[in-house]
Amino acid sequence: MRSWRRSNLPFSKPPITRCNILISQNYPILHVVVPLIAAPLMVLLRHGGFAWLLAAVASWSSLAVSAALLAEVAGGGVISYAIGSWAPPWGIEYRIDSVNAFLLVLVSLIASVVVIYCRESVEAEVAPEQHYLFYTMYVLCLAGLLGIAATGDGFNLFVFLEISSLSSYVLIALGRDRRALVASYQYLIMGTIGATFIVIGVGLLFLMTGTLNLADMAARLREVTDTRPILAALAFLTVGISLKLALFPLHLWLPNAYAYAPSAVTAFLAATATKVSLYVLLRFYYSVFGESAVFIAHPTSDILLVLSLAAMFIASTVAIFQDNIKRLFAYSSVAQIGYITLGVSFDSLTGLTAAIVHLFNHALTKGAIFLLLGGIALRLGAVRFQDIGGIARVMPLTSFGIVLAGLSLIGVPGTVGFVSKWYLVLAAIESGAWWLALLIVLSSLLAVIYVWRFVEAAYFQVPSASVSRLREAPLSMLVPAWLMVAACLYFGLDASLTLSGASQAAAELLPGSR
Amino acid sequence: MRNYLVLRVIAKLMIMFMVLFALYVQFHGDFGPGGGFQAGVISAAAIVFYGIIFGLPAAREVVPDRLVEVMIAAGVLLYAGVGVAGLLLGGNYLDYFVLGADPVDGQHRGIFWIEMGVLITVAGVMLKIFYMFAGRGDGGGE
Repeated sequence: MRSWRRSNLPFSKPPITRCNILISQNYPILHVVVPLIAAPLMVLLRHGGFAWLLAAVASWSSLAVSAALLAEVAGGGVISYAIGSWAPPWGIEYRIDSVNAFLLVLVSLIASVVVIYCRESVEAEVAPEQHYLFYTMYVLCLAGLLGIAATGDGFNLFVFLEISSLSSYVLIALGRDRRALVASYQYLIMGTIGATFIVIGVGLLFLMTGTLNLADMAARLREVTDTRPILAALAFLTVGISLKLALFPLHLWLPNAYAYAPSAVTAFLAATATKVSLYVLLRFYYSVFGESAVFIAHPTSDILLVLSLAAMFIASTVAIFQDNIKRLFAYSSVAQIGYITLGVSFDSLTGLTAAIVHLFNHALTKGAIFLLLGGIALRLGAVRFQDIGGIARVMPLTSFGIVLAGLSLIGVPGTVGFVSKWYLVLAAIESGAWWLALLIVLSSLLAVIYVWRFVEAAYFQVPSASVSRLREAPLSMLVPAWLMVAACLYFGLDASLTLSGASQAAAELLPGSR
Repeated sequence: MRNYLVLRVIAKLMIMFMVLFALYVQFHGDFGPGGGFQAGVISAAAIVFYGIIFGLPAAREVVPDRLVEVMIAAGVLLYAGVGVAGLLLGGNYLDYFVLGADPVDGQHRGIFWIEMGVLITVAGVMLKIFYMFAGRGDGGGE
């Protein structure tokens, strides 16, 4: 790069006239840049209040930009953005299609809702002198997650993965429970192994194709399929990404990280981080390696199927026996991720639609639950079953919200959980596996048990003296949480918006959709 | 280290050259090996060296904690700011071509400020790590 000549510059010279600034042209990068610039500004200002305001502005503007992008690609178009005007595949390309635009909206939407909630929750759970650092990490994490989703470059993806991971380790460690430090450290070790595997996989792909641009890589991979390095790359990427998305035997970091992180962080990460990793998996499987190379040449489907079933049953069973409610729902997250990967394992349009729609629906459901639990943590200081007895009498809105979101976890009709499970069952029947449909319903019964444990504790026990003194959670926390609960119900009753987005994304990933 | 006269004198002599070498690595990065990261590490090493010989409080007086934190943020902001400058001049993000009258000149300007941002942040982070480890135990860490 140091010795280029002017004549062979691979760039298209842009018009230099100032009047030509079209902000909308730069949408594919702005949603990452705005939080990325907000982060150092917060450190310079060193003020918790300003930092919160900046974080809110950054999240909301990212949401606006992402929504505009989704609208632009809704017709099936693809936006390609060349960073630094170096034409892809030489330069870094940002590539927005209906798959990642859907995810961008999801991530920035959750961030925008959680940031309102943060104000009071962080006030209570994080030391005042660390507030500005909390919001710095929050927007950095947001920028990282959005960057992973938007980029079309293998190495850039890894860099953003590291940005989001490192900031989430810090966010988790800020929890007031001292065990948060250990949980964060555990996540750091596991996450770093995952990231290392991912970069080894990308490196092997680069070795064989000579390119880092994912679209270019996909085209060049056809010439070298069935070689050993490519198989190794597939294995490294699968394991590495599975670590980050907490697929069943690799989920060990997740329960502690979710249980001891500050409430707002748990809600934000539970709703976004694993979902973005799932997107990375889908992107590599379908857009880079290609469906046939992953699912037909290797028994990926069977492996995913077994691990998903194990996640659904084992993690749900473990969840039932948890004492800490946050930990309970963290294990439930592992189980729900199992449903998503189950949808992927069918390798069909319906299965993929189910996976993507559940990705969205579970983000809403778990986001709502963890936000509401944060309200209990704020008032009570703990979220263990023995402490919350009878809490529904003093915090009726919070408890009822958790019950509604819990119904969505079970998959009761009228909630988003039903929509995803319906499509999962459809996909199972479509692939001829009736027994799988039965297993999906059976595993939902396990969810009934752990949600019932909350109902029993909250509604049927007599409040203790310390519980009966409590008040309802503050409005600034209830409103964002209930927005999510309302979204769970709304998209459960009228699923046309989410389903059309998901099926379009699935069709985009499976070009010869059958 | 109060009694080691040789070390103190040599350190004072060397630190000048270390900083100078850092600047050389920084500005020569356009044409040869080097650049912001290496220069940032070398310049931070100069301060770390000073801290080892003359004590942590002396180093903290030269580069206070507050300044270190500002450096960490300012470098990133400068980097991102160059990208935004490209946007405002009608190019894409991190577009250096539009920064100068002709594209080559623009590339020079762009990489100059980008590397400056890298230098500032890397030096800041290195010092932050050093201060946090060295300050552990006497309550000065964080």
